[in-house]
Amino acid sequence: MLQTIRSNKSVQLVFGLLMGVCFGFFLDRAGVDRYEVILGQLLLRDFTVLKVMGSAVIVGMAGFFAMRRLGWVEYQKTHGSVGATIPGGLIFGVGFGLLGYCPGTMAAAMGHGALDALIGGLPGIILGSWLYVISQKFWQSTAERIIPFGDITFDELFGVSRWKAALTCAGILVALFIALELAGY
Amino acid sequence: MRVWKLSLTAALSLGVFAALASLAYGQTEPAASAWTTARWSPYLCGAGIGVICWFTFLLSGTGIGASGAYAQTAGMIEAAIRGKDRVWNRTFYSDTGPGVDWLWMVVAGVIVGAVISSLAAGSFQWMLLPPLWEQAFGPGAVHRLAVSFAGGMLLGFGARLAGGCTSGHGISGALQLVVSSWMAAACFFIGGVITAFLIYP
Repeated sequence: MLQTIRSNKSVQLVFGLLMGVCFGFFLDRAGVDRYEVILGQLLLRDFTVLKVMGSAVIVGMAGFFAMRRLGWVEYQKTHGSVGATIPGGLIFGVGFGLLGYCPGTMAAAMGHGALDALIGGLPGIILGSWLYVISQKFWQSTAERIIPFGDITFDELFGVSRWKAALTCAGILVALFIALELAGY
Repeated sequence: MRVWKLSLTAALSLGVFAALASLAYGQTEPAASAWTTARWSPYLCGAGIGVICWFTFLLSGTGIGASGAYAQTAGMIEAAIRGKDRVWNRTFYSDTGPGVDWLWMVVAGVIVGAVISSLAAGSFQWMLLPPLWEQAFGPGAVHRLAVSFAGGMLLGFGARLAGGCTSGHGISGALQLVVSSWMAAACFFIGGVITAFLIYP
């Protein structure tokens, strides 16, 4: 049943659109598709972005690990290396600060009428992605070979059970949220 | 058979959405309709995004993302300008070449979802300059567009080099406790915080 749904292309396209609509709706209602909210986060004045991401991780993780145990879902892990993940992340971060949206929230920002996202950010992100696509072989033979660590997860790294790692992670995030609320953020 | 599956998927997704929306309604002040309240609790919205991830992992076999859709768009644009052959040979794209895939539809949906949300809340507005930017740098449009374009380029390139963005790494990868995702997410914020403090000292 699951395999039939996952391999039916038209079902997947319609389902993707529906999930995107829900995702965009929540991004807009959370306010994270606003320049002020993203910059507020990066200037450490407003922690809305961390609250949204952290609670998505906690809730998503609970469902993912439960369904993984039942054998319903599989891991979809990204490989990383110190040479590509860290510079790539930092370059992304600079773009994040300059544009004031990330790729998902930029799409949502276009949806509430942000013309800087539509006229400036959109062509920029398409060009930037293209620049990587045409130079991918170079990065694969250089940056991505510097200290690669594959798709290791924290439970594997520390040699603990998945549940222990997940509970620790959720615990840290909840503690962070409580601290933020108590500090008045 | 196909129609049956399509409608089942649609009904299921709308059901989740309605359930979450009604949950939110219970948490806001009864006088104001949740539908027209522009801002909901960030924890509630985050939880909703987490539930979306359950459904995408279950029914699509993957978590949500965004940045990959722009690389597909770039390939489609290049193929339209320079012809298919050049683009189809690139290792980045699968054998079927760049095109409208699942993730592309998710990002298209994000735009639609934000249009629905902002129209319902009355917060939709065509706006070139964010108020915070205008306060600090004045009403010039060219500056903002140039900075946005440059920022977009860095986002697009950085996301591909790091293997994902704030959604793909920061949510989908992070919830699977993948080390590369947490490392990337930390770098997104380190780079972003430094840049923001340089722009707004």
